[in-house]
Amino acid sequence: MSALRTRGLKVALGGREVLHGIDLDVALGRWTCVVGPNGAGKSTLLKALAGLLPCHGDVHWLGQSLHTVSRRERAQQLSWLGQGEAASLDLRVLDVVMLGRLPHQGWLTAPSAQDHAMVEAALKATQAWGWRDRSLGELSGGERQRVLLARAMAGNATLMLMDEPLANLDPPHQVDWLEQVQCLKAQGTTVVSVLHEIGMALHADDVVVMQQGRVMHHGACADPATHTAIESVFEHRIRILALQGQWVVVPRST
Amino acid sequence: MTPDRTVWAWSMLLLMAGAAGVALGTAVGSQGWEVWWGAAQDPVMRQIVLDIRLPRSLGAWLGGALLGLAGAIAQGLFRNPLADPYLLGSASGASLGVSLYLSLFGGSLLATGWWVRLGMTGAAFVGAVLAVLLTLVLARGVQQTLRLLLAGVVVGVVLGALASLVVLFEPQVLQAMQGFMLGSTSFVGWTSCGLMALALGVCLAVAWALARVLDALTLGEATAQSLGMPLPQARLLLVAAFSLATAAAVAQMGLIAFVGLAAPHAVRSVLRCTHVGLLLLSGLMGGALLLLADVLARGLLAPQDLPVGVLTAVLGGVYLLWRMNTASEGRA
Repeated sequence: MSALRTRGLKVALGGREVLHGIDLDVALGRWTCVVGPNGAGKSTLLKALAGLLPCHGDVHWLGQSLHTVSRRERAQQLSWLGQGEAASLDLRVLDVVMLGRLPHQGWLTAPSAQDHAMVEAALKATQAWGWRDRSLGELSGGERQRVLLARAMAGNATLMLMDEPLANLDPPHQVDWLEQVQCLKAQGTTVVSVLHEIGMALHADDVVVMQQGRVMHHGACADPATHTAIESVFEHRIRILALQGQWVVVPRST
Repeated sequence: MTPDRTVWAWSMLLLMAGAAGVALGTAVGSQGWEVWWGAAQDPVMRQIVLDIRLPRSLGAWLGGALLGLAGAIAQGLFRNPLADPYLLGSASGASLGVSLYLSLFGGSLLATGWWVRLGMTGAAFVGAVLAVLLTLVLARGVQQTLRLLLAGVVVGVVLGALASLVVLFEPQVLQAMQGFMLGSTSFVGWTSCGLMALALGVCLAVAWALARVLDALTLGEATAQSLGMPLPQARLLLVAAFSLATAAAVAQMGLIAFVGLAAPHAVRSVLRCTHVGLLLLSGLMGGALLLLADVLARGLLAPQDLPVGVLTAVLGGVYLLWRMNTASEGRA
């Protein structure tokens, strides 16, 4: 069964169609990365998959049509980390991460012991536990990004959609993020992310290559056809090379 | 959902400050400071304290609490620390509502009858709600902060001009409207206190029930939606609560500047908390601030009674400038 399945997915923004009939199957328990040049429709696709944009066509989550899943059920199943997600700088780190548990809490009830345990685990996983009583305003951009990742992880959702989660993270913390995604996968979570860092994206299981609102290719990251598709949408201005068992991206000199 | 101990401690502190302010307020009379210990023996003094000074002081606290709460709701809902009842045009809408009411049905700001006060509150409420809705329509929602603020300024200026036009055509309401524009607690009696207390209870209950939505909105629209928050319904209720709070205060006391903007900032300067705490404390802080300003307005130049709106504008402006400078130094 697919974790996410779309058929003929179309999205229009400001009267202009930006996604033109996307057919996509995202495998359960795998990490799929969406790549493509600016304006390809990657973030729009992710938002449509999350049910955050009005769209035409079919979107199925875990076999259920998106329209038949209640708002609360959706929030429990899916965790979203937005591009440049803002948060009030006055809020404490602990309070921000606790927001990730909102879908699991009653409307007027206090957080349960399980909520506190999940928040602690997420903060420890992102190495942000030590800042729990500090306000977001006291943290750097990269540190805030780790707190927001912890917020998304605290929901313990089956599906996790992340739009440019590596923004503001330095290379060591990008590596930490990779490890966290591997941990999520090991727990059975399906991860879909939009990444601009192609070298990092090639650590995923599958890659979706987009251009001008269409999926140009969808395949395993080790597949040479995937590399060709990526090089093609970037107008062959980059090259993907194998180096010590990993894929690296280098600029192609003209 | 329950506020932590620090929030309760600050709540108690601000409540005690409010109670002390009310006690102090009852000691300020038309001749300056006059203690009221002898009120029990002197029936005239007792009547002055119970029928004039006490409702006026209590009303100042209630009005400040309503404005502080409205400011905290507006800043959370619009995700903008500059949002306050005035910037989004609701106060000007309320002024227009009151001026239309006074010109159509007569009456005075000093009227104490339930129906007159209720009618003015209703007119101010309808005016405030329509003004906020007009601002939201012009701004095409709450997404673009700059557009929202500009739309609020436009609506505020246009509705303010319309209120002036109403006064121009109906000169008999000029004096009442002048008092209204300057903002004063001298119109406040027990009827006004009752209406403001009712509005405060309703608005605080609505805001508290939706405090989680305001918390979620700090993460942005899409994330709040992804967390399962019922945004359209919550927005509607919060705009209604924010407009009722503003309208109830403005209808009883006229335009009081800066309290709605400064109270949430003052709370944030002393502690970090989620909206459950911020909404409660902003209300209590607003009450304490306006009460303090009212006591000063009545006592500073006694027997001259300064309009409290003038004093809050001066004090609030100085406070925000100081906050702006300390925030800049903190970042430098």
